Amino acid sequence: MDFLAHHVWLIPLLPLVAAGLIAVTPRPQRQFASSLSIGALAAAFLLATLAFAATLAPGYTRTISNLPWFTAGDLTLHWGWILDPISAAMLVMITFVGSLIFIFSTGYLAEDPNYTRFFGFLSLFAAAMLGLVIANSLLVLFVCWELVGVASYLLIGFWFTKPAAAAAAKKAFITTRIGDLGLFTAMLWLNSETGTLLFYDSGRGCLESAALTSLVAQTTVAGLTFTAAISLLAFWGAAGKSGQLPLHVWLPDAMEGPTPVSALIHAATMVAAGVFLTARLYPLLSATPGAEGLTFSNTTPALITIAWVGAATAVFAAVCAVAQHDLKRVLAYSTVSQLGLMFVGVATGGPAVGLVHLLTHAFFKALLFLGAGSVIHACHHEQDLRRLGGLRRGLPVTFAAYAVGMMALSGVPILFSGFWSKDAVLHGALAWPASKGPFVLCVIGAALTAFYMMRQMCFVFLGEPRGVNASDAHAHLPPHESPRVMTVPLVVLALCTLLLSAVCTPFWPALEHYLAGPKATPPSVTAGVWGLLVLSTVATATGLGLAWFAYRPVRGSASSADPLAERFPAVFGVLNRAFGVDALYAATLTRWGRGLGTAAAWFDRWVWAGLVDLFHTLGQFTGWISGRVDEDALNGGFDAGCEATRWSGRRLSLVHNGQAPRYLRIVALGATVFALLLFGWMEQK
Amino acid sequence: MNPLAGCLLLSCLLFASGLGAVLIRRNAIVVLIGIELMLNAANLNFIAFWRYGPNPEALTGLMAALFALAIAAAEAAVGLALIISLYRRHHRSDIDVAEELKG
Repeated sequence: MDFLAHHVWLIPLLPLVAAGLIAVTPRPQRQFASSLSIGALAAAFLLATLAFAATLAPGYTRTISNLPWFTAGDLTLHWGWILDPISAAMLVMITFVGSLIFIFSTGYLAEDPNYTRFFGFLSLFAAAMLGLVIANSLLVLFVCWELVGVASYLLIGFWFTKPAAAAAAKKAFITTRIGDLGLFTAMLWLNSETGTLLFYDSGRGCLESAALTSLVAQTTVAGLTFTAAISLLAFWGAAGKSGQLPLHVWLPDAMEGPTPVSALIHAATMVAAGVFLTARLYPLLSATPGAEGLTFSNTTPALITIAWVGAATAVFAAVCAVAQHDLKRVLAYSTVSQLGLMFVGVATGGPAVGLVHLLTHAFFKALLFLGAGSVIHACHHEQDLRRLGGLRRGLPVTFAAYAVGMMALSGVPILFSGFWSKDAVLHGALAWPASKGPFVLCVIGAALTAFYMMRQMCFVFLGEPRGVNASDAHAHLPPHESPRVMTVPLVVLALCTLLLSAVCTPFWPALEHYLAGPKATPPSVTAGVWGLLVLSTVATATGLGLAWFAYRPVRGSASSADPLAERFPAVFGVLNRAFGVDALYAATLTRWGRGLGTAAAWFDRWVWAGLVDLFHTLGQFTGWISGRVDEDALNGGFDAGCEATRWSGRRLSLVHNGQAPRYLRIVALGATVFALLLFGWMEQK
Repeated sequence: MNPLAGCLLLSCLLFASGLGAVLIRRNAIVVLIGIELMLNAANLNFIAFWRYGPNPEALTGLMAALFALAIAAAEAAVGLALIISLYRRHHRSDIDVAEELKG
């Protein structure tokens, strides 16, 4: 147990190895790829469960293993792994939900020619996500953060031959990159101020009081402390990853990926990485100057920003979700909205509150997406709400599971974990001393959530078959329940959604208590809790009731017209286009970007290319000159020299006739001359 | 004219005729004879300088002449062997047939 706590990196290693093996697996080895991928993640789940069990020991805080990575000058960077309650809970959730989604994928993509590649990417993603949650260094976290970004890009663009999918993948990647720039800047700043990127390092880590005390003592523009400025930059990264305003635009488009991908990455795990980051950095986010140099408060500028952004996103996305026609886009906007709620939870109620909602949401949102996948699979890849209908008869298991997820998301009381975790968030927001604004927004968001989920149920499962199932070519092939391999994960997730509620109630908040760590004071049931339970029940009931009432025609017949769209076409249109944020970005940022690109291309082509051409011509000219010098002067000189030598050699060789007498005569002549010279010389002496 | 000068004059004549034979004649045997003449001119010098030199009691000149005779004998053996070999190769004993070293 202790071994595993120190070697928690083994958990992400398993899917990483699987991904590496699948990368070199030939495409026809489908069975091998999926078995390996599922097996590795299931083994990782077992390890994660063991690690989780280790953290249940009384008084357990965290186990850290750091080791130096490399040194460059004064800078030493470290690897670091951490096992604490939040990473252990995330590990269990990711490996469990991930395994179920992997299993579901074997059914959903059974006919896809690139099945092998899909499981390779999924494993890569799982490895990166698991690495992210156990990272004890912002650098390691950032590396994994980017790896999940890459995996997300690859998986959104899995059907890259579809132009929409390729564009969505690019959009997701670029938008999250814009966010990552903030996180990267935060990382550089943090490193230059504290000299370390390790979170916890027995007193020397950047989230420990020594570093935080020095950080809160310094201020930058507008009186922000360094902690607040760094936190805001980090939150910018988190907002990009978690689809918060104004960087939410990529998440709905990411639904172009296969549905299991949406379930795993764009609902349950990756998009929650931003929330996880704020929870991980919570000491930094909540640090503020105080009596002894450092205190913690949940009303720092960073947390106030996070709460407001989260609340605004929660309502904004919920409103948009009301007017979407695409089954998956509704769920995507719902995810954005729920992520906003998680941020509110982290900012107002503390990391444990946000993470509880993250964990319960992971289960029921994965359930909803897999349910949607099952519907899409059954209806031959039709995902327009207005062309589905009456599926409760053809897909009873999917219907039941989906209903559980829908009720958990809407916040139907008592049995559903979503209700309790959302209630904890609301409770945190209500008790927040800075403002009641986020609380009000969250309640409105909760009512809207109930509304759009009921609308979706009416269209998809209730009423009579519309559009695709009623009239067109597939009519003779009625929607059929998905194979066992797809329904079993649905049922398991539905059961988990129900069972999780047992540990989330305010009466026995075991999960929240566990996540908050042993030092935190356990939340207690007060009079306010009862009032809040009633209030949130009323909000949910209002949303559900209004939708039930408004969508009478839809749930009673095969009508495919949306009553809201008919009654308020203008408003509905605006909502359907998500307030035109995409159009706004297209008209401003994208156009500016394109203008800049055009200008840069022009500059490149005419100025830089001109310079390059000039140098090219100069180089050619110099080459020609030197060629002439070589050819004519040098070579000519050498040639002439060689010719002269050869000529003289030919002449001289005539002397050598090979006959001894001639040589002797020459020797004699030489001797005579020598003797005469010697004689003359002696005479002179 | 004293006896030494007469001897030296004779040896000069001998050497010149030997050299002339070597340089001018083609027949290898005559060339060999020329070489022998030059050697013996040198021998005559050894004897003359010894006999009329300052120290005729020591047998120095005689020793040198005896060595030179031995060398001349060896040289004649080698020379004749060369000539035989040349004859076998070219069926002539003229030295101008051996021109393999022509440039």
